[in-house]
Amino acid sequence: MFGFLVRRVLAVIPVMAVVGLFVFSLLSLAPGDPAALIAGDQASPADIERIRASLGLDRPFLVRFGEWAWRILHGDLGTSIFTNLPVTTMIGQRVQPTVSLMLVTLVFAVLVAVPLGVLAAWKAGRLVDRLVMGGAVLGFSVPVFVVGYLLAYVFALELGWLPAQGYTPIEQGVGPWLANLILPALTLGLVYIALIARVTRATMLDVLQQDYVRTARAKGLAQGSVLFVHALKNAAVPIVTVIGIGIALLIGGAVVTETVFAIPGLGRLTVDAILRRDYPVIQGVVLLFSFTYVLVNLAIDLLYTLIDPRIRY
Amino acid sequence: MDRRTFLKGSAALGAAGMAPQFAAPALAQPSKVLRFVPQANLANFDPIWGTQYVVRNAAALVWDMLYGVDAQLKPQRQMVESEEVSADGLTWTFRLRPGLKFHDGEPVLSKDVVASLTRWSARDPMGIMIRAIQAELAPVDDRTFRWQLKKPFPKLLLALGKNNAPCAFIMPERIAKTDPFTQITEYVGSGPMKFARAEWVPGARAVFEKFADYKPRDEPSSWLAGGKRMLVDRVEWIIMPDPATASAALQNGEVDWWENPIPDLVPLLRKNANINVDIADPLGNIGSFRMNHLHPPFDNPKIRQAVLMGMNQEDYMRSLIGDDDKLWKPLPGFFTPGTPLYSEAGGQNIGKGDIAAAKKLLAEAGYKGEPVVCVVAQDQSITKNMGDVTADLLKQMGMKVDFVATDWGTVGTRRASKAPPSQGGWNMFHTWHAGADCINPAVYPAIRANGDKAWFGWPDLPPVEAGITEWFDAADPAAEKAAIDKVNAAAVAGGVYVPTGYFLGYQAWRKNVTGVGKGPLPFTWGVSKA
Repeated sequence: MFGFLVRRVLAVIPVMAVVGLFVFSLLSLAPGDPAALIAGDQASPADIERIRASLGLDRPFLVRFGEWAWRILHGDLGTSIFTNLPVTTMIGQRVQPTVSLMLVTLVFAVLVAVPLGVLAAWKAGRLVDRLVMGGAVLGFSVPVFVVGYLLAYVFALELGWLPAQGYTPIEQGVGPWLANLILPALTLGLVYIALIARVTRATMLDVLQQDYVRTARAKGLAQGSVLFVHALKNAAVPIVTVIGIGIALLIGGAVVTETVFAIPGLGRLTVDAILRRDYPVIQGVVLLFSFTYVLVNLAIDLLYTLIDPRIRY
Repeated sequence: MDRRTFLKGSAALGAAGMAPQFAAPALAQPSKVLRFVPQANLANFDPIWGTQYVVRNAAALVWDMLYGVDAQLKPQRQMVESEEVSADGLTWTFRLRPGLKFHDGEPVLSKDVVASLTRWSARDPMGIMIRAIQAELAPVDDRTFRWQLKKPFPKLLLALGKNNAPCAFIMPERIAKTDPFTQITEYVGSGPMKFARAEWVPGARAVFEKFADYKPRDEPSSWLAGGKRMLVDRVEWIIMPDPATASAALQNGEVDWWENPIPDLVPLLRKNANINVDIADPLGNIGSFRMNHLHPPFDNPKIRQAVLMGMNQEDYMRSLIGDDDKLWKPLPGFFTPGTPLYSEAGGQNIGKGDIAAAKKLLAEAGYKGEPVVCVVAQDQSITKNMGDVTADLLKQMGMKVDFVATDWGTVGTRRASKAPPSQGGWNMFHTWHAGADCINPAVYPAIRANGDKAWFGWPDLPPVEAGITEWFDAADPAAEKAAIDKVNAAAVAGGVYVPTGYFLGYQAWRKNVTGVGKGPLPFTWGVSKA
């Protein structure tokens, strides 16, 4: 187990190196120039050139990449071209809203989707099953921003129950923090619920055909116990896998959700940085996302051993 | 820990985390906090290094100016107590008001002013002109400084008080000594508000706190002139990139003032009894169809004329603002309507949509069917909408269109290229100019036609430049107006660019907020909240 962990952690290094080279190259090849945006619409071409030189953007690609890679190796993600703030500071300012949104979404989605999937499998082919699966198709199909606007309209503007936008740090109280996150988490969670519910249903359908389930029923166990204690536990590995894969879905969805609900998270930071060609910020955020995803995958692999004692590394 | 313990523990932790501690949403704020949704993100905060309007608008709260233009576009004393100009117009001596302080408690001294003006004059078009004729800029004593010129510059006070970016903001000497092409790292000014740097989250919010030691002038405030009295303790800028979100927040009372609601949402806001909607900037904006004079087909003056005749300004304006006729008007010229130098000289045939005449002119010009590379930013609704109209117009005129749909960041780079369109250059792009930047040639780089030194497109039209020189040398308003008539007529004849029309924008605010005025930037002084 320990050897597996060390091997996996070491494998992160080449993955991150490839990601870093890819991102840096992509940004260098992409059109656009932060100097032109900094200088403003009234600036002369000469002004833009001076700013480009002051930012070091006129130097050769390899020189810039070498400097950047050296800094990364020393734990320095660089400084934003626009704000003059360290990229780590900017990421630090934005981590809490995004992590909060993802956590609340994750908890909400799992709590809703898994029982729905189990229910659909138990009642396979019946009305409940068709309703759950129909809902899942709807969850996949309706764009996130449409759901967001509708929820904000109903629950913020019409009913006045929740704020329409913004984020309150958890230090200012769990209530306000949660109040700001409910609508975004509902919005972002719909796709996730659809995904998890479908996978749960499919896996449970398979498990419910197994002999030990029949045995459990024959013993006279209650239906809930059969479904949630015996069957679900054995269906957990694919479900946990899809929950993990869905983290990437959440990261992508967070960009739109954070914009619709004006949440100052990493998604908006990424979009703003891309539109402004703020290269150090884009590179830093992409590295962070990649690293997070690698870690999530590692955590899921480890989780398998807890869920299924037959799995050993 | 075995797996059962882990799973049970996780479940317990999850349940604890979900324990509902609901409270009312944190919507209530102290009444002295003004929550404002600006036009864009405050991504940097050096008003000399970065000249975006949003930076200028925030900087006006933090840094004060020697002079400030009022609503009549006249520069009035602000930090200056008095000025004196020698009879030959070559020596200007200025004296600062007593008691001026920076936010760090240090007094504002003439050495700070000299360093600030030195940095500003390296970046500002008017500043560069002054610098070219400068003999010396030096402090005389702590409150007095002198500017000696080699040639008179009658518009010196306008240069120091204009609201066009970069404004001549005054910073402490240690900050102002920063290279003008390098961003400052300290945000200390002497304006009515302090910048709360610790609370700055670029892309999300910027906070300004009332500066207790600020001494406003006694005169009533008018734009950048007069007493800048802050009636709120704190101004919070909340960045909202999505207009629908900003609209919902304003309706829900989560913000107090929205700088630039889009026309589509204005009817909705008007229906809300708690919201006022009015014109934001009476100087409005001028839409621009910018042509590259270096390459075919727009290197041919007759083809530029054909576009001026064929385009219909109403089409462009309707694409931007819909059916609200109060928001636009035709513009047969290049200067801002309603300002002293506004001119229609030579502009009778602009923007009438005469496609037949345009086609005839195009044939006479010998158009060879070269594709017109239209580089159109799709992430700005103004440029996107105008670009769609242009593609249709050029096709109607019989021109071949190569439509490059891209983002503003790419347009910003590509428009600086003088390469042929087929090699990464361009033939036309759309932008717009704030009306405040089109009131006279000194603040209007886009009207210049001095070839390589001109704005993107590099028009080389000596008659336009002759008129601009005449305006700079003009001694009285009548002579200025006569010079501008020549500039306007020559700019139309040469097709410096194609004005697509004049349009205004709205602002919206909650009715418990009073004192919101109209101007080229959102003036927060004088604004109060019940």
